[in-house]
Amino acid sequence: MLKSKLRYFLFHLIVGGFGILLLYPVIWLLISSFKVSEDIFVTVGSLIPSPFTFDNYTQGWEGFGGNSFGVFIKNTLIFVIFMLIGHLISCSLIAFGFARLKFFGRGFWFAIMIASLMLPYEVVMIPQYVIFSKLGWLNSLAPLVVPAYFGHPFFIFLLVQFIRTIPRELDEAAIIDGCSTFGVYRRIILPLITPALATTAIFTFYWTWDNLLGPVLYLNSPNKYTVSMALNMFLSNDSVSNWGAMFAMSIVTLIPVFGIFFLFQRYVVEGISTSGIKG
Amino acid sequence: MSSNINNEVVTPLNLGKRKNINNKIRDNLWGYFFIGPFIIGFLSFTIIPIIASLYFSFTSYDLFSEPRWIGLENYKKMFTDDPRYIHSLKITFIYVFGGVPLRLAFALIVAMLLNVASRAVGLYRTLYYLPSLIGGSVAVAIMWRNIFGDIGIINLAITGLGLDAVRWFGDPTAALWMLIFLSVWQFGSSMLIFLAGLKSIPKSLYEAASVDGANFVQKFIKITLPMLSPIILFNTIMQVISAFMTFVPAFIISKGTGGPLDGTLLYSLYLFKQAFEFFSMGYASAMAWVMLIIIAILTSIIFLTAKYWVHYESEGGR
Repeated sequence: MLKSKLRYFLFHLIVGGFGILLLYPVIWLLISSFKVSEDIFVTVGSLIPSPFTFDNYTQGWEGFGGNSFGVFIKNTLIFVIFMLIGHLISCSLIAFGFARLKFFGRGFWFAIMIASLMLPYEVVMIPQYVIFSKLGWLNSLAPLVVPAYFGHPFFIFLLVQFIRTIPRELDEAAIIDGCSTFGVYRRIILPLITPALATTAIFTFYWTWDNLLGPVLYLNSPNKYTVSMALNMFLSNDSVSNWGAMFAMSIVTLIPVFGIFFLFQRYVVEGISTSGIKG
Repeated sequence: MSSNINNEVVTPLNLGKRKNINNKIRDNLWGYFFIGPFIIGFLSFTIIPIIASLYFSFTSYDLFSEPRWIGLENYKKMFTDDPRYIHSLKITFIYVFGGVPLRLAFALIVAMLLNVASRAVGLYRTLYYLPSLIGGSVAVAIMWRNIFGDIGIINLAITGLGLDAVRWFGDPTAALWMLIFLSVWQFGSSMLIFLAGLKSIPKSLYEAASVDGANFVQKFIKITLPMLSPIILFNTIMQVISAFMTFVPAFIISKGTGGPLDGTLLYSLYLFKQAFEFFSMGYASAMAWVMLIIIAILTSIIFLTAKYWVHYESEGGR
């Protein structure tokens, strides 16, 4: 009895302690964002900001180049919304086609789609840049969001797997009742795959919010910057190193990431454990 | 899997045949209507760029003037006349083969620790997953840069243990390990996948082994590892590919330079610099192709060795 209690205690001590150790850097970042900039590295070891200040947040929020951090957040949200619409519509259509319809060349295109999962972005990066610059799309969101309207292999695969778990009898019953093929997609499948669509939406949000390479390549004027671009600028501009403001805005960009996770934890965890999506 | 739903119409035989052909055409039209977006997108954003990229790789191209054909010159330069490239390739390999095994080992150990019945497991799972969740962001790269600074908390802990402080930004090897640690820190997503795998191993196997007097290590080697091996295979491949393409942390932590002394000049970062800093689009395209070939070779090696260590239950072992 005593031994099992001791084991229980040790288990929680080790596992819990290790977890806190892992998150210590984030806690440190959070606390440092409330310290006076000059103090951050003087009192590195201390977890109590004294004096406690919000100045970093007000300073960081001012942004740069006449654009407040709110502008960057707004830009990122617009980016996210365009990506969400694109992925949800296109991936669900394509996944329905692959999972439910029988047509010539289905196996071939499915294999192509899986293979394209493995293709490094670097291979298409330069020609895409050339194409988009010839189209006059530089310094706009178009090169970043237009491809989203043609599906994303990861999410297509995730949705295909999900649709395959739905009994075909439902489709057949709907067809007997006079439903068209599109009707089956719209009225039967779409409502039933909402959990997988939620996973798609959440990861689309994460990947878009964190996307740095895309905005670095395609967005030049500060009034179009996304949050990750803005943070990158904070870092390159730090001649005198306003650490506090940079930390504060880092925390601001992490808040939605955490928030969505805690609201929709189930979909995130399921999405990873069933499909192997990298978080 | 694919029972044909539209063909089951009851009609007299000869009429049915014509109807069948019509149905087939209709099925195909519907099929291509639904996957059409994928095909169009694939052709315009993948196939055309792939062909263009292959062509650029044989040219000298600076984006502003027309590409000039130079044959295999770019590829030759990479391996004979660009020590920076060789260096970048070398440290990328260290990054991949130092980081991925460490990360997977961590993920497996923690998953096994958490594979117990306890109400707190859900909480711990979340705790351990959080670094993975935020790991790709610029904010975390900035954080990492600062905790490893000369007077950051990492050095504070190291000196606290009585060791000498490490100059993470002064020593190229230390800087590379700083990147590896960042990747290992994000073991959470692999852990979740392993945890799901562990839960699907039948308890009866362990019970039978216990009856036969197997100890923990024997159970781990004879049951856990073989049963998890397909998941380990999948994870290894995905992680190797994504580790090879790592860009954001190297870009942020070195402020885009790849320093100190090219210590963090990972492959993707060097490629990016060649393309968009030096405007050697042809050379960068050739680099991308070599990257693709390396990834293909690595993936095939892992797949080929898989038959020796991956256990598929449905095939009766092996």
